[in-house]
Amino acid sequence: MAKNNTLDFEKPIYELESKIEEMRQYEGDLDIKDEISKLESKVFSLKKSIFDNLTRWQRVQLARHPERPYTLDYINMMTTDFIELHGDRHYGDDKAIVGGLAKLDGQKVMIIGHQKGRDTKSNVYRNFGMPNPEGYRKALRLMKLAEKFNIPVITLLDTPGAFPGLEAEERGQAEAIAKNLFEMSKLRVPIIIVIIGEGASGGALGIGVGDRILMLENTWYSVISPESCSSILWRSWDYKEQAAEALKLTAPDLLEQKIIDRIIPEPLGGAHKNYNQIADTLKSILLEELADLMKIKPDKLVQNRLEKFGAMGVFEE
Amino acid sequence: MVWFKRSKHNISPDSKKLDMPDGQWIKCESCSEIIHNKQLELNHWVCLKCNYHFRIGSKEYINLLFDKGTFRETDKKMKSGDPLKFEDTKKYNERINSTIKKSDLMDAVKTGTGKIKNQKVSFACMDFKFIGGSMGSVVGEKIARAIDRGYKEKIPVIVISQSGGARMMEGAFSLMQMAKTSARLARLAEAKLPFISVMTDPTTGGVTASYSMLGDINIAEPNALIGFAGPRVIKQTIGKDLPKGFQRSEFLQEKGFLDFIVDRKDLRDKIALLIEYFADEK
Repeated sequence: MAKNNTLDFEKPIYELESKIEEMRQYEGDLDIKDEISKLESKVFSLKKSIFDNLTRWQRVQLARHPERPYTLDYINMMTTDFIELHGDRHYGDDKAIVGGLAKLDGQKVMIIGHQKGRDTKSNVYRNFGMPNPEGYRKALRLMKLAEKFNIPVITLLDTPGAFPGLEAEERGQAEAIAKNLFEMSKLRVPIIIVIIGEGASGGALGIGVGDRILMLENTWYSVISPESCSSILWRSWDYKEQAAEALKLTAPDLLEQKIIDRIIPEPLGGAHKNYNQIADTLKSILLEELADLMKIKPDKLVQNRLEKFGAMGVFEE
Repeated sequence: MVWFKRSKHNISPDSKKLDMPDGQWIKCESCSEIIHNKQLELNHWVCLKCNYHFRIGSKEYINLLFDKGTFRETDKKMKSGDPLKFEDTKKYNERINSTIKKSDLMDAVKTGTGKIKNQKVSFACMDFKFIGGSMGSVVGEKIARAIDRGYKEKIPVIVISQSGGARMMEGAFSLMQMAKTSARLARLAEAKLPFISVMTDPTTGGVTASYSMLGDINIAEPNALIGFAGPRVIKQTIGKDLPKGFQRSEFLQEKGFLDFIVDRKDLRDKIALLIEYFADEK
């Protein structure tokens, strides 16, 4: 792990790990095998105790980890024969949302997701994963295409939000998102939603209406980011930890709130610690869920989806 | 010895101005014209001089739109459930209770059915004064039920929006109200029933990005702020001042997102006419 990507709460683990690294260099000369294995088991239990007791803010940090796998990583690892499809046929091709046809163990799918960049240059190219209206319109075009040819849809959510820019407003950011919610709610093929990183508000939900909503273990999904929530409600940027706690935005929280259906376990230390493992896990769960959903007739599928979102909300009468 | 004796005590510091009791005169926020309350009310809270539309609430819109005595409110008692036990500088349930007391409203939307020029409609109107007109579970559920009432009774649905967006204090529940209401509108559309969306100042965030923008007809009052992101956030993002009139009704019409802009005094006539156009003639 590169040192500058170490999160605060991971420091004790990193320190132990580098100590082991150091000792390994002397392993040939000295008999310190036992010493090393002792330290290794100590690292493991330390990791376990840290990652079993993450605060909500720490999970937000993990969800944003710069080494986390992004949509195109999952597509490369999980699927074959991917053909990326570009453009909304109205204005342009948004780089913050990617999508196309792919095969998941031979099963045809339309897979769409937010795409972040990994360094400054690619982040500028991807607009930090913040879509403009044409991104949502491209996603909708691909979904309608999938519906036409009876291909199920998988969307991967990972965005800090829809882009709050001048041109985005001019081209109808709100209308684009609203239209997607409207159309996705009645799409006559199965839709599986997976939150793979950040699920920030309408920008995430804009490709997030479906039959199953799955969340990776260390991700967040809410109506607002903890920072923005802090700045509005506490009138300061300093209360992000409290805001994260108050918003109850982690996968276990959302499962308890019955907003999501399932949590996808990540490798110890987060999804970025083992790309192959998380891709395999996600792939097998997607295949399992798809098999279930594809048995359901389109009318019933749409009716169930309406009822699923209809049941979300808490009020007294 | 007093040289001049006042015959009447007609001026004293604590005398009340009898012809101008407090609160009878209102200054226009746009042109500073001083207007009498009654005059303003007769003009539907629109400035007589500059046509500035004062922000009004559900009660006023109901009086403005409906045939006298025809409006029946629905889901009157629905109240927020505080699912997250949310607390910032104040507890959410305390905020709810004190806002209920202060505003005489149960939440940020009022729903019901009534007649507009003898045509029955299902109606919802938001109130900005209830936590910024924000949408939580109650707003989402009441809007969804209003849409369902249209669906079941085969009558048009009209929603007047006035909101800062989704309500933070209900977290992901608030977000999901966007999907809930949009899904119900999709079903209404499949049944070929009209939905008219009226946007008033302000309509932003998750409300704009769900039902407000999904009208068969999208209307706005003049100069209303309408958008997804708030102007302050956009200004911060791009680091430049925003052009004049940005995100106002006229701008949205110019960019192709509104069918037309309507003066409040014409709102009832225009809605009635639209309903007539869309009515099933069979």
